[in-house]
Amino acid sequence: MIQQILNALSLGSMYALIAIGYTMVYGVLRLINFAHGDIMMVGAFLAFTTYSVTSSFSLAVLVAIIGASITGMLTYKIAYKPLLDKNAPKISLLITAIGVSFFLENLFNMLYGGVPQAFNYPSIFDKEIHILGAVTNFASIFIAIFTIIVLISVLIFLNKTKYGKAIKAIAFDFYTVKLMGINVDFLILLVFLIGSALASLGGIFYAISYPSIDPLMGVLVGLKAFAAAVLGGIGSVAGAAIGGFILGFSEIFIVAYFPEFAGYKDAIAFFFLIFILLFKPTGIMGIDFERSRF
Amino acid sequence: MKYFRNLIISIILVLATLFLANKYLDSYLVMILSNIGIFIILAVSYNLINGVTGQFSLEPNGFVAIGAYVTALLLLSNDEKTMQFMLSDPSPLILWMHSSFIPALLISGIVASLIALTLAFPVFRVRGDYLAIVTLGFGFIIRIFAINQDSYTNGSMGLSNIPNEANLISIGVFALISVIVVLNIVYSKYGRAMKAIRDDEDATNAMGINTFKIKTIAFMTSAFFEGIGGGLMASLLTTISPEQFSFMLTFQLLIIIVLGGLGSTTGAIIATFLVLGGMEALRFLDEPNFFTNTAHPGLRMVVFSLLLILIMIFARKGLFGDREIWDKKWFNFKM
Repeated sequence: MIQQILNALSLGSMYALIAIGYTMVYGVLRLINFAHGDIMMVGAFLAFTTYSVTSSFSLAVLVAIIGASITGMLTYKIAYKPLLDKNAPKISLLITAIGVSFFLENLFNMLYGGVPQAFNYPSIFDKEIHILGAVTNFASIFIAIFTIIVLISVLIFLNKTKYGKAIKAIAFDFYTVKLMGINVDFLILLVFLIGSALASLGGIFYAISYPSIDPLMGVLVGLKAFAAAVLGGIGSVAGAAIGGFILGFSEIFIVAYFPEFAGYKDAIAFFFLIFILLFKPTGIMGIDFERSRF
Repeated sequence: MKYFRNLIISIILVLATLFLANKYLDSYLVMILSNIGIFIILAVSYNLINGVTGQFSLEPNGFVAIGAYVTALLLLSNDEKTMQFMLSDPSPLILWMHSSFIPALLISGIVASLIALTLAFPVFRVRGDYLAIVTLGFGFIIRIFAINQDSYTNGSMGLSNIPNEANLISIGVFALISVIVVLNIVYSKYGRAMKAIRDDEDATNAMGINTFKIKTIAFMTSAFFEGIGGGLMASLLTTISPEQFSFMLTFQLLIIIVLGGLGSTTGAIIATFLVLGGMEALRFLDEPNFFTNTAHPGLRMVVFSLLLILIMIFARKGLFGDREIWDKKWFNFKM
């Protein structure tokens, strides 16, 4: 039981890390960033390559975070910003996002091949740890604790600092914030930076828990993380984290206690999504997404 | 009267071309043309929800899969079914299902549009982008069910030996029907309401139009023809498996309707020829070539996704914008 809870915590923290990127981008741009799941894939692949070249895991994580953040900011600068400047309809933005997502998948498919590759990581993550009579590995505890620290710091950043408050203001009213002389473009870049950095962490954690990576790994995880963000109330960072943990717990516990439904594990997120859209479209945090705020 | 005269002339012209092509072209070209015919059905119906109504949906692969499976199960004989179902015995429902080709296609279309109706309730209750993510997830759910429901779909083994009843002529006739039906919808009172929803949903609502109903009609029509297209695809290829109906299919259709111009039916038809022809012509990119000595499987798809992004940024209206080929101003290269 305790072991299941720990597994659920580490899976949930992965979803939470990715869901935050969706919810923040949706907050400022009202755009479902389809490419976000693939940013996570980019992070995992960068860590994979750096670790196999330099065999230093901390350097690998650093390269992954920086590389994924740059990729995220470039997608905004190159693909989304020209459309926003032209005041293009939202459907054009969504199609571009799909295009970016497909571009990243196919680029990495071309560079690394479509076959899943084994992800190597330092053996410390495999060390067995005994807690309250349960046996687990160091990785799941580390992931859970690390994620919670990251989540708290992101929440503090958004709620206490000047930049965080400005980002909240953009989510509330884009044009007025522009009129107040705040550099909106810089702040949106900051949102893409934070979101992509968290997503690349999520990608590395995913690669450690299921030690294989492939160019399409971001698609399903990204969709589920989006479902988690909607479940928690899209636009709310705390909600995204809560939604991620709920999704992680339901997946682990359904597989553990109803093994006959194990094949449908991946569908749970979408049933959640449809259920929440039917009965409470504002999500758990109850945020009206027409006027969403963090 | 002019409308009927033009309609009859164009039907006769298309049918004559189909007969000639079927008789004189070699089997490789006939296969490519049949494929293009199926994609015309899919692209024109996908354009109805995505371009004309302006609701960004990513459903085609799900409904095509449903259509393909329903048609395949209706066409296969009982002996074939019991022989092919290896993982578990076929359920009684599967053994009971039976029909000939045309009814099978119609049933596939109806099943797909009924599923579209049930999806419409959660999705169109909220505004905007959720349709995209729910329909994208729907494609995944269909695949998960196709893999796990062994007694209905034979799991990941897929179905094979489906009777090959579709040929260029039948595909062409269905493509013609779908184009005529969709154009008639577009130029009807419903079509005008759909365009109004695309341009301003609040205003449309305020004019007393039930936007939920109109969006659902567009979605169901779209699903109906996608189901039929899936059935034709199953019968043309004679084997189907869950992996065949991945998001790749939707992505191809998306490129087609974006290139043709969102909302332009004739644009979608022309873009189908361009994109599928281009996919065949660009095969050399995947092979070792002048610039690179090693083969790059997948480079073709990188080029196509870049193409989609570039069209969106620099020529958002595609070839035709939301005009048709018979509208006065033909090409629209304004940015």
